[in-house]
Amino acid sequence: MNATAQPGGTMLVRYGEISLKGANRQTFEHALRRRLSEAIERAAGADAPVRVRLAHGRIYVDYDEQEDDVRERLLFALTRTFGVVSVSPARRVPLDWGALVEAAEALGRRAKSGGARTFKVEARRANKSFPKTSPEIARELGAALAARLDWPVDVRRPDAVVQVEVREWAYVYAETYPGPGGLPLGTGGRGMLLLSGGIDSPVAGWLLAKRGLEPVAVYFHSPPYTGEKALEKVRDLCRALAVWCGPLELYTVPFTEISQQIYERAPDPLGTVLMRRFMVRIAQRLGDQVGAGALITGESLGQVASQTIESIAAIADVADRPILRPLVGLDKAEIVELARRIGTYEISVRPFPDCCSVFVPRNPATRPRIDDCRRAEERLDVEALVAEAVARTARERLGPAPAGRMGQETASPAR
Amino acid sequence: MRLPSEAPGTFVPLPPRARAGPGPRGRRGGGILRYGAIGLETVYLDNAASTRALESVADAVRHALLHAYGNPSSLHAMGLEAERLVEATRADLARVLGVAPNELVFTSGGTEANNLALKGAARARARRGRHLLVSPIEHDSVLNAVEALRAEGFEVDFLPVDGQGYVDPEGLRARIRPDTVLVSVGAVNNEIGTVQPIAAIGQVLASFGEDRPLLHTDAVQALGKVPLGEVVRHADLASFSAHKIHGPKGVGALYVRRGVRLVPLAQGGGQERDLRPGTENVPGIAGFGAALRELDGLVEAWPRMRELKARLWNALRASLPGIEIVRNGPELAEAAPHILNVSFPGLRGEVVVHALEEHGVFASTGSACTSRDPRPSHVLKAIGCSDAVAQGAVRLSLSRFTTDEDVERAVQAFAATVPNLLKFARVRGRSGGR
Repeated sequence: MNATAQPGGTMLVRYGEISLKGANRQTFEHALRRRLSEAIERAAGADAPVRVRLAHGRIYVDYDEQEDDVRERLLFALTRTFGVVSVSPARRVPLDWGALVEAAEALGRRAKSGGARTFKVEARRANKSFPKTSPEIARELGAALAARLDWPVDVRRPDAVVQVEVREWAYVYAETYPGPGGLPLGTGGRGMLLLSGGIDSPVAGWLLAKRGLEPVAVYFHSPPYTGEKALEKVRDLCRALAVWCGPLELYTVPFTEISQQIYERAPDPLGTVLMRRFMVRIAQRLGDQVGAGALITGESLGQVASQTIESIAAIADVADRPILRPLVGLDKAEIVELARRIGTYEISVRPFPDCCSVFVPRNPATRPRIDDCRRAEERLDVEALVAEAVARTARERLGPAPAGRMGQETASPAR
Repeated sequence: MRLPSEAPGTFVPLPPRARAGPGPRGRRGGGILRYGAIGLETVYLDNAASTRALESVADAVRHALLHAYGNPSSLHAMGLEAERLVEATRADLARVLGVAPNELVFTSGGTEANNLALKGAARARARRGRHLLVSPIEHDSVLNAVEALRAEGFEVDFLPVDGQGYVDPEGLRARIRPDTVLVSVGAVNNEIGTVQPIAAIGQVLASFGEDRPLLHTDAVQALGKVPLGEVVRHADLASFSAHKIHGPKGVGALYVRRGVRLVPLAQGGGQERDLRPGTENVPGIAGFGAALRELDGLVEAWPRMRELKARLWNALRASLPGIEIVRNGPELAEAAPHILNVSFPGLRGEVVVHALEEHGVFASTGSACTSRDPRPSHVLKAIGCSDAVAQGAVRLSLSRFTTDEDVERAVQAFAATVPNLLKFARVRGRSGGR
């Protein structure tokens, strides 16, 4: 069925920033369109009668309104696609005054029963072959709705705004939902996201995914100190991120041997920073395999001992590519707020005891010196430990959690 | 314990190990980092948490789901057939306990039975008094139910327990007040296997005459593990669960002595004498009945389980020379036959559990219901264990199907992991205690 051949629903998808990209504009538009198509396929199924069109600096997603809850599922997916600024679910009708009034009346009735006491109509006629001008449309449609629905017009502070756009079809809508903004996923390359199972790292991954950097997750697993359920928690975090990013790759690195050797052979206060140096080395090695040009961590300045400037410097000492720390200037409360919004908080706070604390130094060095770290590592066969861990790393691909499961609410209107 | 009088002719021994059990191998993403567990047979030593269902139980559940699927409250023959399954199980349990069938109420399990008993009896007697006495080593479903009652204005005092978890009947006597309306002491402790002197406790209560407090006992770990005749004779309320005796999960029962009034937790269509309304869990109850009909096999296994438990303890000590290992709870011969609780001071119990898992051996830290909680066991703290011992506890629990070979394999797994883990122990390690 051709969704554009007859009246139906259209999601008007706006993208802001990427239209500013000059010569690269086409690349970005195509990336966004591809990501939207993928998200739609995940949300509505591959055979759904949905069509994605690019026109007038916007993306139009036509769908069949008769389909069960397809509107909700599309809205969920589109408002979770990076690059999307806002989405308006519109009725698509032929250029016929009667059809236009009828569609507007249906929308108005719903807005009124939803509690909107007053309204106004805004119109934009892009297609000059339509006989009425924009002000005429607004005035006459407003009068028609006011009479038919017994609904007072208030042009200054209306509760609802019924909007009409006249193009090759007429689009009528009354609601606009915010998208996440940002840039289409993948336009910034790939980054290895060091996922711990805590609150911070998924948020860090999300923030950079929003800027187009596709995350590839790495988890350092320390059996028997961390159990199967801790790994499952990390998998669930990936599934929650996949709601925004699409299926995510997770690399699970066996880390017990390295922790034990550091514990046995290195000075106790350096334990944490040395572990982090190994994590960076391993993530880079894995990053080479998947073409990741950066690492992403959830570090926030001063939050714990390994997050002082000195520690960050000692960790960065082994980095051969940028380590991105999007949370570096955020407070815990701000991070928690974000984690709730993106649907990872509930998973992160699940109480699976992290026995890795066994290897956490009693008095961790807050100002580790790079020389001390390097000297401590002379007693370890760094290369062999890294190579062994990389060789025994397991890879899996995790798709999005079913919609609604992770405590994500459907998007709420912007206004 | 009184058992079904007819010999269970349908007894079919199971293969020794639950190898088709829900092992970790079947998980999503299986095969990832499974280390040693791959290809090993499962040694399941977490039977106090849950047991493998008997074949006859699975058959009974299946039959109820596919054939006897009527609603027991329906007037027609299909309803009657379902009702018969429910009543057959009620009769079986009544026989096992030596009580009347109409003194039994089916519930969704031990937790609901405990909640119904405690809240139901306390609320029914609130006008007489608002003082409750509870042992401090009860399961969370008891402790949290009395916590909820405390918020309703009841006063709760905890009974003293000794280093092996025993409640002293005289200590109880000293704490009873004129307004004490309910006492709750579990028949068998789920973490350390202490078998409480319920008869002596009942006698103390009886000496207070007509107005005596009621006695509730959480007998979830006692059914099929210790003689219950005396326990039920002295208790006014007793809780049971099916999945601890190779029955299905999600079904249990509460014994309510005739004449004891309870305020129900929920209102509905009048089922279970209005005490537990809602359509009966017929498949679960039918499975419970099948498990009860094979209880003889469990009772016959007591001596062997005791012997295996003693062998496990002795072999553990012998195979870990020079390593400090502590046994928590009562004397081996006095404890329930299925529970052995050991600690390696300096190691955390959950680390040991995960390490054993890599060798295909499945055990538990304390109670399964609280094992996600990183705080040390309230039971072990109450019997006076140090933090190091309480945090290092591992509960090994046997079933009638546990074999010599299981015990041997478990000991090998301990011997292969504990010394290495102790090298990285923190509590008594290079930096001293926490």
